[in-house]
Amino acid sequence: MSDINLQRRNFLKTAAGAAMVSVAPGMLLFDVAHGNPNAVGKVRWGMLIDAESCKPGCNDCVSACNKENGLSGGTAPTDSQWIRKIEIKDVSTGREVSLPMMCQHCEHPPCVDVCPTGASFKRVDGIVLVDKHRCIGCRYCMMACPYKARSFVHEPLSDQNPDVPRGKGTVESCTLCVHRIDQGGQPACAEACTNKAILFGDLNDPNSEISKKIHEVASIQLRADLGLNTGIRFQGL
Amino acid sequence: MKILVSLLLSLCLSVTSWAGESAVPKLDMGKGGQCVKDTQWMRKNHMHMLKHQRDETVRKGIRGENSLKNCIECHASLKDDSVIAREDSFCVGCHRYEAVKIDCFECHSGKRKSAWLQQRNAK
Repeated sequence: MSDINLQRRNFLKTAAGAAMVSVAPGMLLFDVAHGNPNAVGKVRWGMLIDAESCKPGCNDCVSACNKENGLSGGTAPTDSQWIRKIEIKDVSTGREVSLPMMCQHCEHPPCVDVCPTGASFKRVDGIVLVDKHRCIGCRYCMMACPYKARSFVHEPLSDQNPDVPRGKGTVESCTLCVHRIDQGGQPACAEACTNKAILFGDLNDPNSEISKKIHEVASIQLRADLGLNTGIRFQGL
Repeated sequence: MKILVSLLLSLCLSVTSWAGESAVPKLDMGKGGQCVKDTQWMRKNHMHMLKHQRDETVRKGIRGENSLKNCIECHASLKDDSVIAREDSFCVGCHRYEAVKIDCFECHSGKRKSAWLQQRNAK
């Protein structure tokens, strides 16, 4: 599936490349269109999650996320969950691992492919978001996501975080705390993790801590077979 | 003649007093002040600015000066830190008068951020 799509994408990218002509010296059409110098394709935000440091039973990342983004903390099917703690067990060896699961911020996100209104989109710095101004609540993206990362808001909300608008009738998911990143911070879960299991950084910067680490230690992407090239990587799985 | 003049005069007076009372809804301006453009311009064009800014912010991460959050920062009431809490709150007052229903605040907070943070940390 992804092969065909990627080839088509590459063709489109080449076509777009031809359109990246200079407007003025040192100024490309691409820059004009994409604004934020912080996000002109140079940065790709990602995380490296160390499943060996992640402690079973610890819920710090989840509660930090709930507090930051104003989620109720409920785990019913109709409650929003942006990050979940899951425990997995290899039945043949009996080895148990605990890890946080959230939006994997794919390079080729299926949620964006299926969105009929263009509400689901990927920012140039790799963060996959829902533009709630355009979301009609159809929930196609929820069905397309292989990681079950998205939630639908079923009830009217009040007293939201001024930095994190959320509302009934729209789909939402982990934003990598985009409001914090834009101000130079890091996601609430990474900050809150007492075991330092979540390393956040720029995957495209060879000098960033995360790039150095994924260069040294073995890490994987979940469901790498889907060819989505996720921004969240796991070590110790 | 006298009667006619007094009649006209009383008519004029009643018209002006009527106009003075309700032509402009009385708003709780909060801190108020002018940082973007003059009042008349803002009355006419604030919606276009907000709509432009929202796409810049959500899609490109440009968190500019003309954000809804910044509007609220100055225009939220000094009494309840909100632009939507009462009939005469900054957004509600005019929008009710003009019968324009806005859905911004179904998702966005109508509270001043500093006040919201204080409230959250007190919990």
